[in-house]
Amino acid sequence: MTVGVLALQGAFGLHVDLLESLGVRAVEVRRADQLDSVDRLVLPGGESTTMSMLAERFDLLEPLRDFCRSGRPVFGTCAGAILLGSEILDGRDDQHCLGAVDISVRRNGFGRQVDSFEIDVDVDALATAGLGDAPFHAVCIRAPVIERVGDGVEVMARIDGSPALVRDGAIMVAIFHPELAGDRRLHELFVG
Amino acid sequence: MSQPGTPSLSGADHQTGSTLVKRGLAEMLKGGVIMDVVNAEQARVAEDAGATAVMALERVPADIRVDGGVARMSDPVMIEGIQAAVTIPVMAKARIGHFVEAQILQALGVDYVDESEVLTPADETHHIDKWAFTVPFVCGATNLGEALRRISEGACMIRSKGEAGTGNIVEAVRHLRSITGDIRKLTQADSAELFEWAKQLRAPLPLVQEVAETGVLPVPLFCAGGIATPADAALAMQLGAQAVFVGSGIFKSDDPAPRAKAIVEATTHFRDADILAKVSRGLGAPMTGIGMDQIEVTFADRGW
Repeated sequence: MTVGVLALQGAFGLHVDLLESLGVRAVEVRRADQLDSVDRLVLPGGESTTMSMLAERFDLLEPLRDFCRSGRPVFGTCAGAILLGSEILDGRDDQHCLGAVDISVRRNGFGRQVDSFEIDVDVDALATAGLGDAPFHAVCIRAPVIERVGDGVEVMARIDGSPALVRDGAIMVAIFHPELAGDRRLHELFVG
Repeated sequence: MSQPGTPSLSGADHQTGSTLVKRGLAEMLKGGVIMDVVNAEQARVAEDAGATAVMALERVPADIRVDGGVARMSDPVMIEGIQAAVTIPVMAKARIGHFVEAQILQALGVDYVDESEVLTPADETHHIDKWAFTVPFVCGATNLGEALRRISEGACMIRSKGEAGTGNIVEAVRHLRSITGDIRKLTQADSAELFEWAKQLRAPLPLVQEVAETGVLPVPLFCAGGIATPADAALAMQLGAQAVFVGSGIFKSDDPAPRAKAIVEATTHFRDADILAKVSRGLGAPMTGIGMDQIEVTFADRGW
């Protein structure tokens, strides 16, 4: 199995390192043709407006939409969550999203960097998958808030009452950064 | 659910200002371009071009160099104007050792404080105790020892200093090569040699041992000081920088908007010469730049 990590900008290197530590082949993806040879895709954290512009300028938006529609698993974290959603609140007017999962996502919904935080969250799906019932340590950096989830979207974890980890079919979305805190279980769930 | 757009976290079991959270934002800025801006209009040009963050300051380094005098933290009104103009992170500079300027910047809610040699130092012996802050700090370094001293004081991101306001990449290359070259040597040293390395670098032994073990700095390494073209940005990235700061290089050029965009594209595709050739075309004149033998004040010498 080869997992692609969108490497236009952001924390793609940490995802690659983490996936490789699980024994999975991970490759950086910057061009559309590189999507053909990957089985799963991670959209990392970073600056969502920068990623949107670079994806548009280098003709990646439609290929990414096609990838999400193909049924191959996709995992988006933080900026990746904004990119995968169907509506962006407090975004730029020209900012694109892929519409792969029906959620409305507000950028920087918890505030500025001085409000960034870490917190333990319960993820029942990890225990169900045999990955232990310890809480998952979530790191939120200028994190977005998922303000609405559509029908059929499963909420897997919440922070302060609002959805922090959601799933719809093969698409999984986290507002936090599982690549930062050394807990590999969500990546195991994703590639398992 | 809280009101949209307001901090909604009320529980007692979350932690702000931790090392993980502070270094975490630097991780998110990797592969991107942080641009110096002096007003809201420039900040919008930077965000439109795809900057990952802007650095709010009153004068770009090239002008500080020409004007002389004491360079200080920017007026809060100017910083707030830039915060209101863009949605990306906003950084601002405090003078070396001027912890009250840093306190003010934290109160303004800036996303990163740059304890910067481009401003006139306020303390000729001490840097700011950066562990005491919730806001993360970036500091400049010319070599590995300086980088590790700043990290020991709590810096969450290191930028190679280069020589700001010159449009000349030569010092940035020297500093990057010095830092990454010494890291490579450290990884080859045996455990007894690391004690001598710590003395020579004037850096804490545990940090020296950590770098020897991991082969990387404990925090992200970005490049600043002298980047004026897309090729300069890609050069810094290929030499091991994980993102770039561009100061005077954009808004002292003939046509800032397309140059800013091209530098963003070059930073993403820094190993792809075909794309670098494409984005380097027809950008107009870069900032004029000056040679190292023509400068009167070397900013990089500031910091201890």
